Amino acid sequence: MRAWIEKQQYLIDFTLSSLIRRKVKNVSLLALYTLIVFILASVMFFTHSIKKEASVILHGSPEIIVQKVRAGRHELFPIRQIEQMKTIRGVASVEGRLWGYYFDPDVGANYTLLVPGTGSESATHNDAPAPIVVVEDDEHTESADRSAEPLYRVNLETLKPGTMVIGEGIARLRHAGTGDLLAFRAFDGTSVSLRIADTFSSKSELVSSDLMVVTETDFRRLFGLPVDVVTDVVLTVNNPREVPTVATKITKILPDARPITREELLRTYDSIFNWRSGMMLVLLSAAVLAFVIFAWDKASGLSAAEKWEIGVLKAIGWETADIIQMKFWEGTVVSLTAFFTGVILAYLHVFLLSSVVFELALKGWSTLYPQFQLTPSVNAAQLTTLFFLTVVPYITATIVPIWRAATLDPDTAMRRVGD
Amino acid sequence: MVTTEVVILGLLLVHASRSEDTQHAILQEKVALFTRLKLTDLCLFPEARYTRHLSQADLHSAFQDHPLSLEHFPSGSFTEPPNNLRKSVHEGLD
Repeated sequence: MRAWIEKQQYLIDFTLSSLIRRKVKNVSLLALYTLIVFILASVMFFTHSIKKEASVILHGSPEIIVQKVRAGRHELFPIRQIEQMKTIRGVASVEGRLWGYYFDPDVGANYTLLVPGTGSESATHNDAPAPIVVVEDDEHTESADRSAEPLYRVNLETLKPGTMVIGEGIARLRHAGTGDLLAFRAFDGTSVSLRIADTFSSKSELVSSDLMVVTETDFRRLFGLPVDVVTDVVLTVNNPREVPTVATKITKILPDARPITREELLRTYDSIFNWRSGMMLVLLSAAVLAFVIFAWDKASGLSAAEKWEIGVLKAIGWETADIIQMKFWEGTVVSLTAFFTGVILAYLHVFLLSSVVFELALKGWSTLYPQFQLTPSVNAAQLTTLFFLTVVPYITATIVPIWRAATLDPDTAMRRVGD
Repeated sequence: MVTTEVVILGLLLVHASRSEDTQHAILQEKVALFTRLKLTDLCLFPEARYTRHLSQADLHSAFQDHPLSLEHFPSGSFTEPPNNLRKSVHEGLD
């Protein structure tokens, strides 16, 4: 056993010196290989983390949202129809939401305006303020203490007309902070000035970057909304298993309404960045195709110099098995170096540099883009998948032509014939 | 070289594990904010209203400008249409 280990050590030493002799070729090969691993790993880490974060956050979304639809388009919801939904068995509460979009021509960005609780009637309406309660367990108490700074300081319940709480993205874009006044153009062309009471913490940008939380008075004033309509309605159901039944009953009571359940939200974000969807497929196809070409090039045969080297080695007493082992180590060293370098760079790129390479593509045409850092989430399954996608095919592709060359007669290999 | 990289990757995995603990409280705060404001979508693609609120998009968002206006926002290339749009809740239009 010890002799075998020593032999492998000598083979690895020889392999490394052989790789260094062909420095330019191997460095360029390593760079391409690393790039492919980097792209694949970055996509894998990013999509996995965003899906994981989305699934946790979206569990806080309403159980059922009911939209009014007219001519296939979203329509404002009459408050009087809320009463009809309260009659459905199993519904705990019904509440109208007021939210919409404001396009700011100065910076070319869309803001999401939102009223924190519309004050419209609900079956079990609770007028008490709903402070942010951080759910903690014993395991995470220490980490919770480290996150002492709240996401915002103003009680949204006591937000006064003429004031607002904005997301960090808007504050950054408008170079504004707490206490500053921002002017908005109302539906009738008049100017409405709102003072920033507070800004949401940058830690919450993934959910609040473009948010403007305003009072109901200011919202209706900005958009000219009558008092008898809301944007849509959210329902709470006593028994979560009854949600599909309640949704079906809503469509019977209000045929022009469209219920959206929390499950559907979760499924939507689970399929986000789906590997089968548009651009992602193109990007991955390009990377995989490059890798296939690269592996094919390796598999299609050795250069005359490599064959000559094998001929010399066989002439001085190396066996076919030794040469195959040497080339196996060569493939292993190259692929493992590329694999680990690619994975490390992908980790740094996604979790420490906020996916800066993807940002341009993800940003699209938006001028307001959230700056968020995803929670690092790497598991053995991801690394194993990546390993089998990149390392195994490469080593396999290099072994086959080596075996063919290693079985050549040394004299033929050194004369550079038989190609 | 490979050994060094294995050690670095090991350290990064430790970092990932520790970060997850640190981020847990922030994530819970985000969930609380999400619940408090009754939000429905992540602020990932604010470029168009139907990409900002993917789950709330209406059936014809992509054709909002005119009937032959195809979906043209870059983020539409990355994301799939919301699942609830695939359920036929209206007359077949195609």
